[in-house]
Amino acid sequence: MKTICINCPLGCPIEVTESGGKILVRGNTCKRGHDYGVTEYLRPVRTVTTLVTREDGAVVSVKTSAPVPKDSIFELQRHIKTLRVPLAVKRGDTVERNALGLGADIVVTGVPPVAR
Amino acid sequence: MKETDVIVIGGGVVGCATADALARRGASVVLLEKGDDVAVGASRANSGIVHAGYDCEPGTLKARFNRRGNEMMWRLVRELNVPHRKCGSLVAAPEGGEEGLRQLLDRAKKNGVRAEIISRERALDIEPNLADKVSSCLYAPDAGIVSPYKLTIKLAERAVLNGAEVVTEAEVTAIACVDGKYVLSTQKGDFKCRVVVNCAGAGAAGINAAAGAETFETEFRRGDYFVLDTTEGCNVSTVVFPLPTAAGKGILVAPTADGNVIYGPTSVPVAGADTAVASDALDEIRRAVPLTYARPAFNKCIRVYAGVRAIVGHDFTVEESRLRKNFFTVAGICSPGLTAAPAIAEYLVGLIGEKMPLAERSDAVTVLPHAPRLTELSDDEINAFVAHNPAWGRIVCRCEKVTEAEIVAAVHSPVPAVTVDAVKRRVRAGMGRCQGGFCAPRVMEIIARETGVPLSAVRKGGAGSEIAVIKVGEADYD
Amino acid sequence: MTDFDVVVIGGGPAGMAAALAADAEGARTLIVERDNRLGGILNQCIHAGFGLHYFGEELTGPEYAGRFVERVEKSRAQVALESMVLSLTDDRKVTYLSPEKGLVRINAGAVVLAMGCRERTAGAIALAGTRPAGVYTAGAAQRLCNIEGYLVGKRVVILGSGDIGLIMARRMTLEGAKVARVIELMPYSSGLKRNIVQCLDDFGIPINYAHTVTRIEGSPRMTGLYYAPVDERRRPVMSEEKYEPCDCLLLSVGLIPENDLLAGTEVERDGVTSGAVVDERRMTSVEGIFSCGNVLHVHDLVDNVSREAETAGRHAALYALGESETALHCYDARGERGVRYVLPQKLHADSGKVELFFRVDNVYRSCRIVAESGGRTLYSGRRLVLAPGEMEKIVVDTTGLDAPVTVRLEL
Repeated sequence: MKTICINCPLGCPIEVTESGGKILVRGNTCKRGHDYGVTEYLRPVRTVTTLVTREDGAVVSVKTSAPVPKDSIFELQRHIKTLRVPLAVKRGDTVERNALGLGADIVVTGVPPVAR
Repeated sequence: MKETDVIVIGGGVVGCATADALARRGASVVLLEKGDDVAVGASRANSGIVHAGYDCEPGTLKARFNRRGNEMMWRLVRELNVPHRKCGSLVAAPEGGEEGLRQLLDRAKKNGVRAEIISRERALDIEPNLADKVSSCLYAPDAGIVSPYKLTIKLAERAVLNGAEVVTEAEVTAIACVDGKYVLSTQKGDFKCRVVVNCAGAGAAGINAAAGAETFETEFRRGDYFVLDTTEGCNVSTVVFPLPTAAGKGILVAPTADGNVIYGPTSVPVAGADTAVASDALDEIRRAVPLTYARPAFNKCIRVYAGVRAIVGHDFTVEESRLRKNFFTVAGICSPGLTAAPAIAEYLVGLIGEKMPLAERSDAVTVLPHAPRLTELSDDEINAFVAHNPAWGRIVCRCEKVTEAEIVAAVHSPVPAVTVDAVKRRVRAGMGRCQGGFCAPRVMEIIARETGVPLSAVRKGGAGSEIAVIKVGEADYD
Repeated sequence: MTDFDVVVIGGGPAGMAAALAADAEGARTLIVERDNRLGGILNQCIHAGFGLHYFGEELTGPEYAGRFVERVEKSRAQVALESMVLSLTDDRKVTYLSPEKGLVRINAGAVVLAMGCRERTAGAIALAGTRPAGVYTAGAAQRLCNIEGYLVGKRVVILGSGDIGLIMARRMTLEGAKVARVIELMPYSSGLKRNIVQCLDDFGIPINYAHTVTRIEGSPRMTGLYYAPVDERRRPVMSEEKYEPCDCLLLSVGLIPENDLLAGTEVERDGVTSGAVVDERRMTSVEGIFSCGNVLHVHDLVDNVSREAETAGRHAALYALGESETALHCYDARGERGVRYVLPQKLHADSGKVELFFRVDNVYRSCRIVAESGGRTLYSGRRLVLAPGEMEKIVVDTTGLDAPVTVRLEL
């Protein structure tokens, strides 16, 4: 697998391979780069930030309370689209616990201003 | 089916001036415009110059209507409250260009237009930023600038206030002759009338063909422009032309009536009314401007645009069809068409007056009710306005300082602005340096609210130009 | 007689932090904000990545703003919402307009400029072709998406790899649009590495470096665009022009400090940053007028905006309360080889340790940053890599400063 290390502006192009049960990282110039490579290879995770529709049709911004597996992002996004939050929802409220069993809650991060 | 005395086809400046002139003289008028608003063709994308008229070939309709139009323009823009400035114009000639200036001066005399050849020193008093190469100039004190789309819109508004009807998105698809009357088919229904005035600009040939009137070839020439920030406005005092060539008046530097500066136009032959800006044309302007103007400021560009001139032969065509009675053709209204528009309308009133009684109505609206702008109000007026209507205190377009109240008024004006661009042409929201980056979503909300449509139905301009195309969550993921 | 000690123009991250710092010094403080809520552009930045430095945790934009809003609400600082400042004078008379109060004129002991920045537009880069629906700045598209709940296109191209453009690539993709490609004029991205990886690579969105959009096609709705590689002078090689069908082009081609208000003042401007010239207190060339955040120079981390605004707000309060003291001697700080600008541009002698922020003019690997004054080395340090997209910072000691300061790169 090839990727770019995001730990610093250097942006080392790194390559991760596995042979004989051992994970090999090449191209990194520091320890953090090595660890990044291993994580990205074994279990890349991302915090998802997106929108949920409120009862009145407005959108409310949400995030996952913890990073979720990268390959589950679209499945999660499709699921979040089916959710509806009440008018009274506010920042910090949990919309759903342990969404899709991925181990992260869907949490409200911002609500739009009340329509004039 | 609605029946009127006259149908004007085309909501450009000539069509709107004609509808206005007829309505004020008691004719019942419908104006059919295929676009989403008036002033969406050549009338919104030109130099906005009120030409003095020195360069038209003597004896032509261009020469006649230019001179008369210039005379009429300055009162008209005051009646309509259209931004304007009678700032004069210069033709800036390099050494060796004196002969060219003398030819223009000769034409000016024949056309009855005030002009004189002045030295570089005198010219610098008028425009301090002339290029070093400029050695003498032709000065025409009666030239000036006007907001071309504002003029067109205000003419349409006055026509409506005097009883005319403006129907937009009504493209004329067929013209039939029934019992000596014309029936025009559009997607907004059929319209019947005695007299048709074809002011369809780039589409005039097609309308003539549909009516069975004389056919003609139209030549199209695109003109590209740079628009500069209003911060450059103080650096250009007058309209600066180069010496004219066979291709036209050349690439000018001019202030605009709204305080910007324009560089352009080019003159590029095109197949049809294609207003896509070409990058090599922009390069041509970049090369041309320094020849007459010493302070080019291309880094202050806020917008590039292009308009297309529809050219039919060497002169304007303004005449009744010999094949179709009561059908008038107005075609080939390229430069100086904006200046000439009121004079063309006046001439048409004379021709149509032979068909039906037309007399100045005593009750006609002449001076348009003033549409106030925040930037023109005194402090006391602002506070009085805000106290009466808080929307006067809510600035939507911060570059041009346009309030919600002004936008709401534009949406409900006699020729309603129901698209983002239509609002922009009326009140300048989105016309500034951020080009609507900040205010466009807010303008969309106001249009949606005031016209009772969802945000997704609000358009930038013509049909199919919706901006908010998918509601979040409703996209098809596959 | 002043109406407020400190008037802060703008209630985004810079304005809120400045007002809180001024309030903490005991200054009577007012925030004038044009929107109907505080938070500024952060309200539409729903992605994460804010606050790692300031709060020690990763927050989304609305959350970062929310923390400051709560602090402002608990402070004594007053807030005028839906209030747009129309003019500012050198003697610190501020005029604003609001639907509630009409025109309001206030005399301020000190003014803090915190109006943020705006985006460069298609017009500013003289983009050729048609002018249809579908061409927007990335920030306008972000607002329509994240606040209004609408996407502005189904098949999208992004010109410019600034962070907002990259963030919008991911946002539009997550919401179901197809981002066909990102096109970047320079041979490198002006955005953060993290955004290249997590916004483009994660979704397989290609990026064309050293390319530009040559013209837009379609009217009244965009149907596609042409793009081409550029030569060393960044002019498109038209013989290699390619077509990309799309109904939307988002522009992320630069941010410009929103300093229109300075037109009525004598505040000196920096030609490189487009912001004011300031000293280490963030005071401009006009006494009592301070500047901070993106209206001063465009930042890439909001955390730095908050810190800078605190400096400006605190010194604005001290100035207004008559407690501001600086040495008489003030020296220029400027960038030399490889350094586009240095901020602050003025340094007072004996003002302690001062952070100098700067941006480089290209990507440099393995080089040394050197700051000198009158032949004396104030700073020298190695960096593995420097890029224009990332603001750099060094700390210099101004004790005994007696000559201008220069910052340069040694390769």
